[in-house]
Amino acid sequence: MSTRSVVTTALVLVTLGLVSPVYAQESGAATNNAGLVIQWSIVTAGFALAIAAGLGALGQGKAVAAAVEAIARNPSASGDIRANLLLGLVLIESLVIYVLLISLIVLFLKPFGGPTVG
Amino acid sequence: MDLLHHQLWVTEAVNAVFGPIAAAILRAFGREVPHGNVIPDYLAMLLLITLVLTIFSLIVRSRLSVENPGRLQIVLEDFVNGFHSLLDDFVGPKGRRYLPLIGSMFLLIWLSNLAGLVPGLMAPTSNLNVTLGCALTVWVFYHVQGVKEQGLVAYLKHFAVPPGSPVAMAPLMLIIELISHVARVMSLTLRLFGNIFGEELVIIILASLVPFVVPLPMMFLGLLTGTLQALIFVILTMVYLGAAVTVEHHDEAHH
Repeated sequence: MSTRSVVTTALVLVTLGLVSPVYAQESGAATNNAGLVIQWSIVTAGFALAIAAGLGALGQGKAVAAAVEAIARNPSASGDIRANLLLGLVLIESLVIYVLLISLIVLFLKPFGGPTVG
Repeated sequence: MDLLHHQLWVTEAVNAVFGPIAAAILRAFGREVPHGNVIPDYLAMLLLITLVLTIFSLIVRSRLSVENPGRLQIVLEDFVNGFHSLLDDFVGPKGRRYLPLIGSMFLLIWLSNLAGLVPGLMAPTSNLNVTLGCALTVWVFYHVQGVKEQGLVAYLKHFAVPPGSPVAMAPLMLIIELISHVARVMSLTLRLFGNIFGEELVIIILASLVPFVVPLPMMFLGLLTGTLQALIFVILTMVYLGAAVTVEHHDEAHH
C-alpha cells in the first residue's frame, strides 16, 4: 500500500467519523434541525478559515521567498521589489479575508436558519 | 456580539445636537426614524475624525513658514514628499495633481483605523457602509479622471480593446474588464472592512477572556494593520488611477 492511499484511507475514515455522530443525532432527534445547523456552522467556519489561512500562507511564503531572493541578487532594485511584493501580498491576503468574512457570516448571522447570536 | 454595541459619548453628543435635524430630514423623505440614536456610531465617529483633521489642518496652515519651519511642519513635509514619490511611481509624471484626494483618503482611513484602539471610541471602518463609501468615492473618481484624461470614446475603447490584445477578442475582453472593474469596488470594500472588523473582534474576544495585558500584543498588531491597510487602500487607488489615466500610445511605445 503506497503512502498516498494510506493517507487517503485515513482521511476518508476521519471524515466518516466526523459525519456519523451527526447522522446518529439526526436519526435520534429528527426535529432538531437548528442544533444541526449550529454544529455544521462551527465546523464549516473553522475548516474554511483553516484551509484558507494555510493555503494563503503558502502563497505568501512563495511570494516573500522570491522577493528576498530577488533582493539578494540585485539589492539596488529593492525599492521596486518591495512595492510589488506589498501589492501582491495584499491581493493574496484579501482572499483569506473574504473567507474570514464568510466564516463570520456563517458563525454569527446564520443565513440558513438556526437562532442568530447578537 | 452584544459587546460591539455600547454607547459612545461621541454618538450621544452628536445625537443631542444633530439628532432632531436628522430625524426631521428622514421624515421629510418619508423614511422610518429608528428608535434610540438617529445618527449611528460610525457616522458620529466619522464626523469627529473629520472635525479633528480639519481643525488640525487649519492650525498647521496658520503656522506654516518658509524661513523658520517648526518640527511639525517638517514631519508633514516628509509626509507630502512620501506621497509625491508614491504618486510618481504608481500614477506617472502627472500623478502629483491627485495628491489632495489620495492624501486625505489616507489620513481619513488611517485615523479611522486607529480610532478603534482608543478606549471609548470605535473604528468607523469596521462598518461596511463606511468602507463601501470610501471605495465608491475612489472608483467614481478614477473613472472620471480616466474620461477626462483620454476622452470618453478612447476610455470606453480601452475596456473592449486593452493595449496589446487583438480586436477579435473584444467581446470577451469587454465582459472580463467590466467584471474586474466591478470586483475592484468589492475587493477594496471587503479588504478594509474584513481587516479592521476582524482585528476588533479578536481584541474584543481576547479582552473578554483575559481583560489585562493579553490583548496588548493584538492591539499592537492592530496598529500595524491599521496603518498598512490605509496605505494599501491608497496604493491600490493609485494603481487603478494610473491604469485609467495612462494614455494608450505611451504603452505601445514601451512594448
